[in-house]
Amino acid sequence: MTAAAPKEYDIVIVGAGPAGLTAGLYAARARRKTILFERKVTGGQIATTSDVENYPGFPDGINGFDLGQAMQRQAEKFGLEMAYADVTDVVFNAEGKRHLVKTSEGDYLAKAVILTGGADYNKLGVQGEEELTGFGVSYCATCDAAFFKDQEVAVVGGGDAAMDEGLFTTRYASKAYVIHRRDQLRASKILQERAFANPKMEFVWNTVVEAIEGEGKVERLRLRNVKTGETSVLPVSAIFIFIGLTPNSQYLQGKLKLDNGGHAYVNLWMETDVPGVFAAGDLRVDSARQVVAAAGDGATAAIRADHYISSEFGGEPGAGVWVEEAATAE
Amino acid sequence: MAKPSEVTDATFDADVLKAPEPVLVDFWAPWCGPCRMVAPIVEELADEYAGRVRFVKLNTDENPSTAARYGIRSIPTLLVFKSGEPVGQIIGFRPKNDLKKRLDAAL
Repeated sequence: MTAAAPKEYDIVIVGAGPAGLTAGLYAARARRKTILFERKVTGGQIATTSDVENYPGFPDGINGFDLGQAMQRQAEKFGLEMAYADVTDVVFNAEGKRHLVKTSEGDYLAKAVILTGGADYNKLGVQGEEELTGFGVSYCATCDAAFFKDQEVAVVGGGDAAMDEGLFTTRYASKAYVIHRRDQLRASKILQERAFANPKMEFVWNTVVEAIEGEGKVERLRLRNVKTGETSVLPVSAIFIFIGLTPNSQYLQGKLKLDNGGHAYVNLWMETDVPGVFAAGDLRVDSARQVVAAAGDGATAAIRADHYISSEFGGEPGAGVWVEEAATAE
Repeated sequence: MAKPSEVTDATFDADVLKAPEPVLVDFWAPWCGPCRMVAPIVEELADEYAGRVRFVKLNTDENPSTAARYGIRSIPTLLVFKSGEPVGQIIGFRPKNDLKKRLDAAL
């Protein structure tokens, strides 16, 4: 039995969020043969964001899905190849210095790999959550909030995503309970101001969800106050869950140096501890978790990957002026 | 290309429930990012299953009563109907191969 020979590329990118799409743009412009794999939706987390208000250059905000599509078009214009497939495994240094990327659509051999798989929203892990997903349990208010017009809903979390999506639900819902396990929010001040000023939003502090209940659809939540231990029942038609993110790095365990949360350690050039393997965006340690930061990471990783390929495999770099070279010039 | 045709609250009975062949209904709305991602895949499937399965789409904003009738609370949702009865349901964005598997299972 012989498997099909792996396809050969200069650079393989894993994940089509802002980090991966920007890396793809730079890699393609450096004339590196580059392919980007995405398992779900172009744009990553921003694909379901109604308004991105903090990406420079768009003073009126831009729809997240549209921004992702625009980034893809821009990168493809310069020759980036896109493929929709699951990356199932990676074997670093599989053939000399080249890395093997295994996907649901076949195997790929790359001189450099840029990991931009980002992070997914955490699940609460409570009873009823899985069974009622799609029936009132949601991780995307912009997708589902409209189905709860004039009904009461709950939003779980205290960060930017919880406030942003919670505010979005109030376009439809008659009331949005914000359930947060602490007594203050982590969200940026501007979102906190908007949330506190919104008459439809009511805050339920120091409280966790213990179970989601209902016959075929969400009908009520069982809550517990973590300070007093008091339990209560909150009747709602939907629960929108935004309680932090877990990086998509399960397949990298034991292969790259990761922190306890699963983020890849990198230096300022986005280099991991494996030569020729880069990590950028929310997958890396100390990410600012912003679209513009992820895009910047992606550019940095691609520029470094381009130079890495030149130094390890020969040929001239194609990404243009490099700071270290400029600094050492006569 | 066999583009999925639009159905509405008014035409749902005739176009979907009374259709002689199985029908896949794509419940979507213009503001839903993942729906826009599913749409081109549904179009490709419409081509591949032409003659065997009818593909239609229903805008949940404009046709809330059909969406409510089938308890749609999350989009994109794809429902497969046979002889007027829903026999398969796919909630959320799925890659094309996954969609095909689930569609085949429902047929």
